[in-house]
Amino acid sequence: MKRYSAFNLFREGLNGHKGWGPAWRSPEPARSYDAVIIGGGGHGLAAAYYLAKIQGLKRIAVLERGWIGGGNTGRNTTIVRSNYRQPQIQRLLEFSLKLWEGLSEELNYNVMFSQRGALFLGHSDSDMTRLAERGDALRCNGIDAELMTPGQVARLIPLLDMSDRARFPVHGGLIQRRGGTARHDAVAWGYARAADVRGVDIIQNCEVTGFDIRGGRIAGIRTSRGDIATDRIGMSVAGASGQVAALAGFTLPIESHLLQAFVSEPVKPMIDTVIMSQSIHCYISQSDKGEVVLGGDPDLYPTYSQKGVPYRLEEVAGQAISLIPALSRLRMLRSWAGTTDMSFDGSPIIGTTPVEGLFINGGWCYGGFKATPGAGWLLAHTVATGAPHDINAPFGLDRFAAGATVDEQGTGPMPQAH
Amino acid sequence: MSRLAAGGMVRRDRPVSFQFDGRTYQGLEGDTLASALLANGVRLMGRSFKYHRPRGALSAGVEEPNALVQVGQGGRFEPNTRATDLYLYDGLVAESQNRWPGLALDLGAVNGLISRFIPAGFYYKTFFGGPKAWLVFEHFIRMAAGLGKPPTRPEADAFEHRSAFCDLLVVGAGPAGLQAALQAARAGARVILVEQDRQVGGTICRDPALIEGQEGLAWAKAAGAEILAAGGRVLLRTTAIGYWDHDLVTLVERRVEAGQAPGLDGLSQRLWHVRAKRTILATGALERPLLFSGNDLPQVMLSTAVRTWIQRFGVLPGRRALVLAGDDDAYRTADLLQQAGAGVTLLELRQTTTVPGQPFPVLTDVKVIKATGGAGGVRAVEITVKGQRQTLDCDLVAMAGGFSPVVHLHMQAGGALDWHEADGSFRPVSPRQNQICCGAANGTAGLAETLAEAQAEAAAVLLTLGFNRPDLAPPSVQSAGSSGPGLPGLPLASHGRAKTTFVDFQNDVTLSDIDLAWREGYRSVEHLKRYTTLGMATDQGKTSNILGLTQLAALEQRPVPAVGTTTFRPPYTPVTIGALAGAAAGGHSAPRRRMPLHDQHQALNPLWQPLGYWDRPRAYPRPGETLHQAALREARATRTTVGLTDVSTLAKFDIQGPDAGVFLERVCATRVRQLAVGRGRYTFMLREDGLLMDDGTVWRLAEDRWLLTSSSGGADRMAAHLSYVRKVLAPELKVSIANVQEHWAAVACAGPLAASLIAPLLIDGAAPAHMGLGRGVLDGTPLLVLAASYSGERAFEIYLAADQSAGLWRHLADKVLAADGALYGLEALEILRIEKGHVVVGGEIDGRTTPGDLGMAKMLRPGGGYFGAQALQRPALQAPGRVQLVGLEAMGSVIPEGSMLLTAPGAAPEGHVTAAGLRVLQGGSIALGLLRNGEARLGETLLACSPTRGVTTPVKVVSTVFHDPAGERYRG
Amino acid sequence: MLLITCPHCGERAQAEFTYERPVQTVIALDAPVEVAVETLYNRANPRGWSWELWRHTHGCGAWLKLHRHTATHEVAAVALLEAGA
Repeated sequence: MKRYSAFNLFREGLNGHKGWGPAWRSPEPARSYDAVIIGGGGHGLAAAYYLAKIQGLKRIAVLERGWIGGGNTGRNTTIVRSNYRQPQIQRLLEFSLKLWEGLSEELNYNVMFSQRGALFLGHSDSDMTRLAERGDALRCNGIDAELMTPGQVARLIPLLDMSDRARFPVHGGLIQRRGGTARHDAVAWGYARAADVRGVDIIQNCEVTGFDIRGGRIAGIRTSRGDIATDRIGMSVAGASGQVAALAGFTLPIESHLLQAFVSEPVKPMIDTVIMSQSIHCYISQSDKGEVVLGGDPDLYPTYSQKGVPYRLEEVAGQAISLIPALSRLRMLRSWAGTTDMSFDGSPIIGTTPVEGLFINGGWCYGGFKATPGAGWLLAHTVATGAPHDINAPFGLDRFAAGATVDEQGTGPMPQAH
Repeated sequence: MSRLAAGGMVRRDRPVSFQFDGRTYQGLEGDTLASALLANGVRLMGRSFKYHRPRGALSAGVEEPNALVQVGQGGRFEPNTRATDLYLYDGLVAESQNRWPGLALDLGAVNGLISRFIPAGFYYKTFFGGPKAWLVFEHFIRMAAGLGKPPTRPEADAFEHRSAFCDLLVVGAGPAGLQAALQAARAGARVILVEQDRQVGGTICRDPALIEGQEGLAWAKAAGAEILAAGGRVLLRTTAIGYWDHDLVTLVERRVEAGQAPGLDGLSQRLWHVRAKRTILATGALERPLLFSGNDLPQVMLSTAVRTWIQRFGVLPGRRALVLAGDDDAYRTADLLQQAGAGVTLLELRQTTTVPGQPFPVLTDVKVIKATGGAGGVRAVEITVKGQRQTLDCDLVAMAGGFSPVVHLHMQAGGALDWHEADGSFRPVSPRQNQICCGAANGTAGLAETLAEAQAEAAAVLLTLGFNRPDLAPPSVQSAGSSGPGLPGLPLASHGRAKTTFVDFQNDVTLSDIDLAWREGYRSVEHLKRYTTLGMATDQGKTSNILGLTQLAALEQRPVPAVGTTTFRPPYTPVTIGALAGAAAGGHSAPRRRMPLHDQHQALNPLWQPLGYWDRPRAYPRPGETLHQAALREARATRTTVGLTDVSTLAKFDIQGPDAGVFLERVCATRVRQLAVGRGRYTFMLREDGLLMDDGTVWRLAEDRWLLTSSSGGADRMAAHLSYVRKVLAPELKVSIANVQEHWAAVACAGPLAASLIAPLLIDGAAPAHMGLGRGVLDGTPLLVLAASYSGERAFEIYLAADQSAGLWRHLADKVLAADGALYGLEALEILRIEKGHVVVGGEIDGRTTPGDLGMAKMLRPGGGYFGAQALQRPALQAPGRVQLVGLEAMGSVIPEGSMLLTAPGAAPEGHVTAAGLRVLQGGSIALGLLRNGEARLGETLLACSPTRGVTTPVKVVSTVFHDPAGERYRG
Repeated sequence: MLLITCPHCGERAQAEFTYERPVQTVIALDAPVEVAVETLYNRANPRGWSWELWRHTHGCGAWLKLHRHTATHEVAAVALLEAGA
């Protein structure tokens, strides 16, 4: 595998780029593996990579129904941050954020992790108090957070409507400067390439059709490309968690919903930071290509269709213009939708399942992208050791029956509430 | 000048002056910016995204990738506007974009010189060095990326949404759409006909024909007029952008051109939501370019675009033309060029040795190697003829690469595609909703065939919708011009340098980029798209996707359909975010509700605070007072004399029926049923997971009638919840619930003087005892007086019809102020409740706390049976070590609200400050907090730590009730 | 956007309705703790036909049972919630 570097890029440029091989192989599945990861999204590929690198497993496969990175990895708004309120989630996402900070170099693949800051706007004094509380919780747990005055916010994002008459007047903000965005596809491709280098078989167009379970233990997996023997499986199939769990004979506190987002046509730089709001569910950033990326609330009903309702996009448009009036004459270029694993407390599920040897990483609602490295790492740990790491221990399936839910927004036990 | 002496559908008597890059030009009414520029000899219109290659108009329509301009000024500035889809208006100011310092000399073109080092996806392979280094690299990448300048001004004009319903929606007013809509209108169906152009006619505008003996355009206009006359709606300049579930189609109607000031209504664009019983998609087809080196030079354009310039706009774009024939349609272009006076040679690229009988020279067995030229346009084309190299001089190249049906809406609606190898196109099949593709959109060629198909489809639709069988004879047609030799289409082939053979013009994706991506393993069509950015430009791949797909299939050595397509998603063409939002932007994006006493408050010029949908007075400062000073004065008045506040936004439910008490005990987790008539009590409700949902009071107004109040912000949720319990869980109960939140206003009067002040209002002349109720009257308006105290003082909530509340407010306000009391707002209310240790939804009831956490476990009704009772028994909700509500007393500086509670500097937080206030009369900072094992930690000293505000201060854990712990004051 | 035929109001746009939960996840107030918790937190989450509880929130307020396909969004039946659903 030729290393990626400016030098090699230059040398290959002289040579018509004939020397670059495939970023990952396309092997036929073997008859058995030490561990199998279901789902070739960022999370699954990361899990395979860390299984090989940290856990030292040798024979690992990633099974992907379609093409890698084609699920929610390729259908999000690419925001990366760890500035949540609840300490368990802070810890999980901060662990992930630290991995992000070295990821391009670790993978030798530029995932364009850009720490241009993730800013929450506050629109009232009580918003600002809640933001301060969040910031204080973060800082006391060693995570960066800064309150910003309206003046500071205005300097950072000059196009924000800072007038008193704005529907959502800006009273200030809370910024995590280490937050930002990353290039979503590159994360999947980078992990795939790095995992491939470590011998992981990435098998696309391979759908899981069943499990071989003997005495409550995983013995193998059945796929559209043949049966595979393995005693350790990690499932990381956001959007289809319920489907895969059903194949293994259990149900989950997860319902599949849908989240839409859209980008504008590309323009020269106008928004430098990721903008979110404490009061309205709308998030705005600008990609390196110049497209303004907009997202909002999910569609609030179960669906696998990846087709949303138009009024959700229209609502986001109105909210975005309310914050940044100049967005009005930008044009929506592309819209898309992803099937989200809505959990019943808004937090992910990473841990054991009722089937021994089968482990789950799912239930990320619509916030999983930021956790890609961390979730992969933790799933790898859990698969390899058979037990959760300290960091994902609070996120087990058993927390629901136990009453130990981790409800970041405090909105209760309905998937559509998060 | 290249305007022909005659012809075209432009108004030669109406010149329009416009600016492009600072120069003033003249065009004609009916011109697009692109046609007017071509008429003025301006061929260079844009620069590509990555290599800044000089570009002219490739097309004459919405598929245009190259000729993008920024147009308009101030709040009407629109970047990335297609010059081919922008009709001239007086005063149009357009600028080229993505170039510096100018369009002709663009330093960005240096990227083209180093293009060998920056192929597709190059950025994934370099710029290492950590996040800080990347931010630096990225800064320059961002500056280089983007196309037009961003808008910077707030919107100048209005947008709106409108809904419509019809029997038949027809998208596209070309021959097929017109014919279908006409039939439907004649049969009496409700028809909406939508056309993205500003006139009906579609291909008739570039390919004249005689229909029913009439000149084609006249036929089209007559058809449009007849549809209108029959009551149909014809929306011009309107694009169907999305086909959603259950046959909802969204349309964007452009009332004015980009950058143009609207008419008197101020309306710029309108977004339609149309629900049609059937939709005919007569969306036509888009022509594909051909692949050869230099195919992106200005003056290398689509063959149909050349015909459009001549026929529609009366512009001859070149004098020495080469027509590259990948299909028969090329012959019409050559024919027309010849008639318009250009020198023209047709190069037949398909497998044949002779094409007899054409009025222009034809070379056969031709392979195109490359086009050469510069920013001024193409100058020559190198070809091989029968294997021999030749160079032909030219100033115009027309590419006829075959047609791709516009299947976007069909696919959005859940349809499928069928590959036709013969002409290299996907055709729509298997509609899943009520959509029907028709005409060129269905792969049908020929005007007569198209009209006949439209006629038949419309007839079938009308029959299924129950309309009378319409006239079934399709119109007669005579087409003009050469029809070509009838050869099959051209399989994709290119013979020149892959590095300069462009597939996606705007994003500069070349054949060699596709080859590279494939070599590197990006072989799924989605990987290819994402890795190379093929089809992701503002033209959304309208001219490039099929070409890229075909090349991928060739590399894969698989048939094109096996490679698959990318997903088609809204919008068909880009749509302004303003149109999406419609009127619901700014103040209308979340309308505010007004409290019934809004005007009374406004007259006092209070500080307002948003609360749920409402703004409520936060305080009524006197001149010179700060918020804090005002709130403290108001709170002190309430503690010492009397205060009056508006609590109208409280959720209120009037619950009646013999089972009302039983019903309430299903909803409320406390005892309710045994309340005596005329009495009330505090209550709370759980969610289904056993955690606290809301709290409030419940009152027994009569034997079978109750009033339930709960938090303002949770009112909608509570209404839905009550409905759920009533209708789904307890349908057998005889009870009805009326949500009277906005029917009843409520004011609270609190303080030592409150009882004497309100007593005269009561019918029996006496204020009710604490948690009792009384009836009063003021000026004939009945009053319900509830003796409930949130402030901790003797207090009364007085409920009455909302539209009568102003009188009561004035009456009480006068008395309160006369008694040296104060009107108080939310801030004083908050100070008062904190001092009293009362919890609030959104504060201590934060969606994570149980009744036990807030010291209310003893209020839970034994035996359960209420909503959430089961889940509350889960072990972690009963286990020790949970957070519990505590009072906090400052031992140093003021306690910051929201700060963390630590045992020592640097220790992990063990809780947080939920609300901070002060002792109203004595002074001194106090707070409420949630603290792990809090109840057992009274007397302990902790740190309240707020790093974001730079404050850390010691606090003592104390009881939650700071004021009147015995409750003597509110009992009066 | 779905078109839902409310038995009271006729065809109305989805925007007027709120999805609540699958019909079989309604938890009786007297359900045993284990059943209540199990029903609350475990869902079949089918890819296919499902009976769901919706509410005509911005219309007549009725609770409706929808027989709906979660992948194609077809709605095969809409019924008023009967007693004891």
